[in-house]
Amino acid sequence: MLQLDAESLYAELREGVRPLLKAETALVGIWSGGAWLAERLQQDLGLPGGLQGFGVISSTLHRDDFSERGLASGTDATRLPFAIDGRHIVLVDDVLYTGRTIRAVVNELYDFGRPASVTLAVLVDRGGRQLPIAATFAAAKIVLPATQKLSLERADDGRFSFQTKEAR
Amino acid sequence: MLMRRNPQLNKNGELIHLLSIEGLPKAVLTQILDTAGTFLSVNDREVKKVPLLRGKSVFNLFFENSTRTRTTFEIAAKRLSADVINLDIARSSTAKGESLLDTIANLSAMHADMFVVRHAESGAPYLIAQHVAPHVHVVNAGDGRHAHPTQGLLDMYTIRHFKQDFTQLTVAIVGDIVHSRVARSDIHALTTLGVPEIRAVGPKTLVPGDLAAMGVRVCHDMAEGIHGADVIIMLRLQNERMSGAMLPSAGEFFKSYGLTPEKLALAKPDCIVMHPGPINRGVEIDSSVADGNHSVILPQVTFGIAVRMAVMSTIAGNQA
Repeated sequence: MLQLDAESLYAELREGVRPLLKAETALVGIWSGGAWLAERLQQDLGLPGGLQGFGVISSTLHRDDFSERGLASGTDATRLPFAIDGRHIVLVDDVLYTGRTIRAVVNELYDFGRPASVTLAVLVDRGGRQLPIAATFAAAKIVLPATQKLSLERADDGRFSFQTKEAR
Repeated sequence: MLMRRNPQLNKNGELIHLLSIEGLPKAVLTQILDTAGTFLSVNDREVKKVPLLRGKSVFNLFFENSTRTRTTFEIAAKRLSADVINLDIARSSTAKGESLLDTIANLSAMHADMFVVRHAESGAPYLIAQHVAPHVHVVNAGDGRHAHPTQGLLDMYTIRHFKQDFTQLTVAIVGDIVHSRVARSDIHALTTLGVPEIRAVGPKTLVPGDLAAMGVRVCHDMAEGIHGADVIIMLRLQNERMSGAMLPSAGEFFKSYGLTPEKLALAKPDCIVMHPGPINRGVEIDSSVADGNHSVILPQVTFGIAVRMAVMSTIAGNQA
C-alpha cells in the first residue's frame, strides 16, 4: 500500500512555488483539490489580493470526454478575481496524470484573456501522460497502476491527506 | 400496474430530451438550475463561448412564430459552439404538404443532433422524440397549451436568484392561465421545488377550475390573489388565441387584473414581478410596474440564455 504524507508534500510544494512568484503572479487552483492547495498557499505565502486573491478554475466546460460522460455537476465554476491579460499564472493541482485536465483548464484560462505565462505546480506527478504536458514543480513523482485513482482530501481542520481508490 | 418510464429520461434517470417539467424529479431540475449558474458567468468572459457542442448541429424548428424564444435558443446554442440552423417551417415544406415526421426524417438525414421544436399542437415534441435516432435530442420550445419547459426553468432560476429558497414562498400567477403553457410549466416546477402556496389569479373564463386538483389556489379576485405574494408572474393576454367572448375587453381586463402600483402594494414589500414577455403595456401590466424596481423581466431574459445552455448541454451529454 502506497503511503503519501500530503502534509509534508504540501510543505515541499510551498517551497517549490516560492521561486515561481513574480510581481504579476497569481495562483489559480484547479477544482477541487488544487483549489484547496491554492487557498492555503495564498495564505502561507502572503500573496497580494488578500485571502481570496487566488483563482479557482474548472475543466468542466472544456473537457474532451463530454460526449461520453456528459456534464459534471454545476458547482465547480471558474472564479478568477483578477485580470488575466499580462499576468503570470501559476496553476496548482493535487495530482498530475494524463494531462487532459491541464489541457482543458489552459483553454478555459484563455477564455478570460492572454496571460504572460502559465506554469504548473503539483503535489504528485503520477506519470501516465497522454499529452505533451509537464509540471514545473512536483513535490513527488510516483508510478501508480492505471486502475488506481489518487485524490486529495481536506479534513474539517484543513489538514490534507491522500485517498487511493480502485478506479471504476 | 406497469410503470412507464418518463420518455425524457434514460434508464439511469438522466435527461435526454426536455419535453415537459411534469414528472421530472427535483434533482434533475436543481441540477439544471445549478448548471445554468455556471453558464451565466460565461457571458462575462472575454470569449463568450464554450466548446461543449462543437461539431453538433442544432435545428430550430419553429412551426409557430416566436422571435424571442428562437433567438435565445440560437444564442444559447451558439455560445455552446453548435452550428445552428433556423427553419421557418411555416413558410417551407409544411406549407407544401409534408408531414411532421417526414420533415424530421429529412432533417435527420442532414445529420441533425438536436431539434428545438415549437408547435401549435400539444404533444408534437413527444412525437418527434419517439421517432428520432438514439443520439438525437429534442427540446420542447412550447407546444400548444401543453408546456413550455425552458420558460418554466428560467422562471425557477429567476425566483431562486432573487429569493434563494422555494419552501417559504407564495407565488401568484396572474392572467390568461387557460391558454398558457407557461403557467402549466411554472405550476409543475413550483410544486416539484416545494413552493407551499401557488395561486392562479384571473377571471373565471381564463382560470380553469381543474387547477385546484394540481394543488393550486384559484382566486378570481386580484386583491385576494396577490395579497402577501413574494412572486407575481404576470401572463400575456393572448389575443391571438382568444376566440369567442372570454373577455369583455382589454380595458376591462386591465381594470380588474392589470398589475398597477396600487395593486402591487398589496404584495410583500420585496415582491418580484415577472413576465414571460412580450408584455402588453396597459393590458396586463402598467408601464410603471414593468419598468419599476420590483420588475425582474429583463433579468429573466438574460437568465433564459444560461438556462437554455444548461438544458442543451445536459441532454447532449446523456446517452439514450
